[in-house]
Amino acid sequence: MAERTFQVYRGSGDDGQLESYTIEIDQGMVVLDAIHRIQAEHAPDLAVRWNCKAGKCGSCSCEVNGRPRLTCMTRLSDYEEGESITVTPMKAFPVIKDLVADVSQAYRNNASIPRFRPRPRDAEDGWRMKQFEIERAQEMRKCIECFLCQDVCHVLRSHGKHAEFIGPTYLVRTAGYSLNPIDVEDRSAFLKESGGIGFCNITKCCTEVCPESISITDNAIIPLKERVVDRFYDPLKALVRLVRRR
Amino acid sequence: MEISERHEHDVLVIGAGGAGLRAAIAAIEAGASVGLVGKSLLGKAHTVMAEGGMAAALGNNRPEDNWQVHFRDTMRGGKGLCDWRMARAHAEEAPDRVRELEAWGALFDRAEDGRMNQRPFGGHTYGRLAHVGDRTGLEMIRTLQDHAVHEGADIFMECTVFRLILVDGRVAGALAYWRPTGEFVLFRARTVILATGGLGKAWKVTSNSWECTGDGVALAYDAGAELMGMEFVQFHPTGMVWPPSVRGTLVTEGVRGEGGVLTNGDGERFMFRYVPEMFEGDYAESEEEADRWVEGDRVANRRPPELLTRDVVAKAIVAEVEAGRGSPHGGVFLNISEKRSPEYIKAKLPSMYHQFKELAGVDITTDAMEVGPTTHYAMGGVKVDPETAATCVSGLYAAGEVAAGLHGGNRLGGNSLSDLIVFGQRAGVAAAEEARDASFAEIPASELSAAVAGATAPFAREGGRNPFGLQEELRQIMQDKVGIARTEGALREALEDVHRLRGELDTCSVHGGRAFNPGWHTWLDLGVMLTVAEAVVLSALERRESRGAHTRIDYPDSDASLGRVNVVIRSSEGQMVTDTERVSEPPAELRQLIEEGV
Repeated sequence: MAERTFQVYRGSGDDGQLESYTIEIDQGMVVLDAIHRIQAEHAPDLAVRWNCKAGKCGSCSCEVNGRPRLTCMTRLSDYEEGESITVTPMKAFPVIKDLVADVSQAYRNNASIPRFRPRPRDAEDGWRMKQFEIERAQEMRKCIECFLCQDVCHVLRSHGKHAEFIGPTYLVRTAGYSLNPIDVEDRSAFLKESGGIGFCNITKCCTEVCPESISITDNAIIPLKERVVDRFYDPLKALVRLVRRR
Repeated sequence: MEISERHEHDVLVIGAGGAGLRAAIAAIEAGASVGLVGKSLLGKAHTVMAEGGMAAALGNNRPEDNWQVHFRDTMRGGKGLCDWRMARAHAEEAPDRVRELEAWGALFDRAEDGRMNQRPFGGHTYGRLAHVGDRTGLEMIRTLQDHAVHEGADIFMECTVFRLILVDGRVAGALAYWRPTGEFVLFRARTVILATGGLGKAWKVTSNSWECTGDGVALAYDAGAELMGMEFVQFHPTGMVWPPSVRGTLVTEGVRGEGGVLTNGDGERFMFRYVPEMFEGDYAESEEEADRWVEGDRVANRRPPELLTRDVVAKAIVAEVEAGRGSPHGGVFLNISEKRSPEYIKAKLPSMYHQFKELAGVDITTDAMEVGPTTHYAMGGVKVDPETAATCVSGLYAAGEVAAGLHGGNRLGGNSLSDLIVFGQRAGVAAAEEARDASFAEIPASELSAAVAGATAPFAREGGRNPFGLQEELRQIMQDKVGIARTEGALREALEDVHRLRGELDTCSVHGGRAFNPGWHTWLDLGVMLTVAEAVVLSALERRESRGAHTRIDYPDSDASLGRVNVVIRSSEGQMVTDTERVSEPPAELRQLIEEGV
């Protein structure tokens, strides 16, 4: 079978460089298979995250030739013969080692989202919902938390505002709660303040890289922005609230 | 070497999949402080890969369904070896556990009347699986993980436990290493719950990820607990077979639940020829009847034979391939494109559509998939008390795939996710209760330093075998000699191989530092995998019959005298030994229910 050469980031923190590895390629191989073969044959200490190897867990996110990808779903045959394949860790996050990024801030961001809060049950055995009512929320719940949208988001990637902006992944998570027809929590104050939704200027880069094809910008972020606007900037509603408070 | 980091919790949960998360939530609700340790990032545990759904007799689609029917299906599917108390608790409690997920934010697919929809699956009399397309496990783990975070579980991600610490015969904590840094950490606890999941990584063709090395089985065994039913490893009938890099990746049973048919290389729909005596009369006898059932007339027609239990379907596929009637790459064909519209397939099986399109270049809305058996699930595991999930080691519990008893000789699809939440909850409650009266034990420093020295030994060696090579060798051995069809000769060879590899493990060397070093992690995993492999081989040797997922070519029939007997593994003077134990007999009314139906 054919051989291919890979350039793989090795090192920890900012102290790293590309190393070159040449391995045999079998039919149908994906980038993650290549990394595993490099590990087994050349570099047993080459660090990479992975779990399901079927695009369902979102662990193996890296950048392949500079583009954020799930390495388990990126086939080598997508690259021209002779085209070099460079694998680097997600750039928006600090590097722990080799291809493994430190995503702990993302988990802190998630924990800050006001939790799901359902209305009282419709019947003893739970709630009644129509399939069409839940489809928007289900789209959000497809998120596999691969962080590729965080990686590509310029607010995080170029400006490093991880502490001020929860990022597209967690706007999707928030939308997953808020679009659930039985949820009654108002998350608009959170989104406006610590969620930092105002940082997003709708460049749609996140939507482009989503391996689950979630319309992140159109179906998650924009509706959430509208809720924030309705809540805080709609003069008519503000007046109504003022009157009600009296 | 110093252990600089220590934590104390009332209850320590090892494993952050469905069972571990549910146990953590239950223990917190019961007032315990809980530490939850997982090998991967939170939400990436193998539960996330579950596709088809979770079985619970909600009775939404068919009001005739109830816990008795579910209990009967489970007991019959398990080929006589299920623990009846676990099967009853599971069938009775699954509906509440599933509804509770909805209260925590899970959004399952709906039926017309707005209640949860329920999908048919193999071995279940009625459509019974609450589901979200073919990503039910993702919905479950996300729901549980967010709930556990908000309930206040103390979560330790990418942290691997490699030793349980016992003091005076009672579990006192666990020793772990942080994967990112390689630093060691001691967790002290009043009680410990193992929820470490499966062990399928020990086979070459598997649906399981790197994590499924059977850690809990080995941790429990080393601590003096008993194992049970280890010979029963489920080979899921439908894994991908082509291309080679994805061989083994799961193809959900939901494809067949939604109407997918299996055909051999001659184009014959062969499952009609494989209905076992036990299930005669329960399945459609013609393609026309099966088609009418798929089209929705489920009262007047019986379900297609593709929905027989997994052991039956997997063996049928192997038989077809061996008879020379396989597909080009050594499987059979699974086709749903002729029974359902492209829109329906994409709505109900989106990740299967995506998976075949991206990884195999096959459009399942127009073409057949090639599928074959893949190592999927351990029915056996740590022997537990059926009510509380307690092991025979004081303070130690086990729940979910790591525990034995519920599934007997074969697990029904959909009964795993429900197992996780039913017994995760039970273990959490029981462990929290016991923790109230237990204290923290003083752990001798010498024991810790010996464990750490053992774990870091391969760094000091030069020129030894590469752990990845050793792991691949073990996986090939298990695939070739301890697979679907077993013989005394091959099993004896496998046992020798396992002993030899155990010796070679002590000569492996590991390079680089301790920070995120997969070579080192693999070496540590291998110690666990060899314990698991030995237990499976010894149990498979002991069961001289074919039953459920365990097939002996040299004993092709079921032996009635073994029909109510479990193989048990324990440690005796440093040796792994087998024993047998009778299955507890259900009371008369339940026995009648199993035999005669509701």
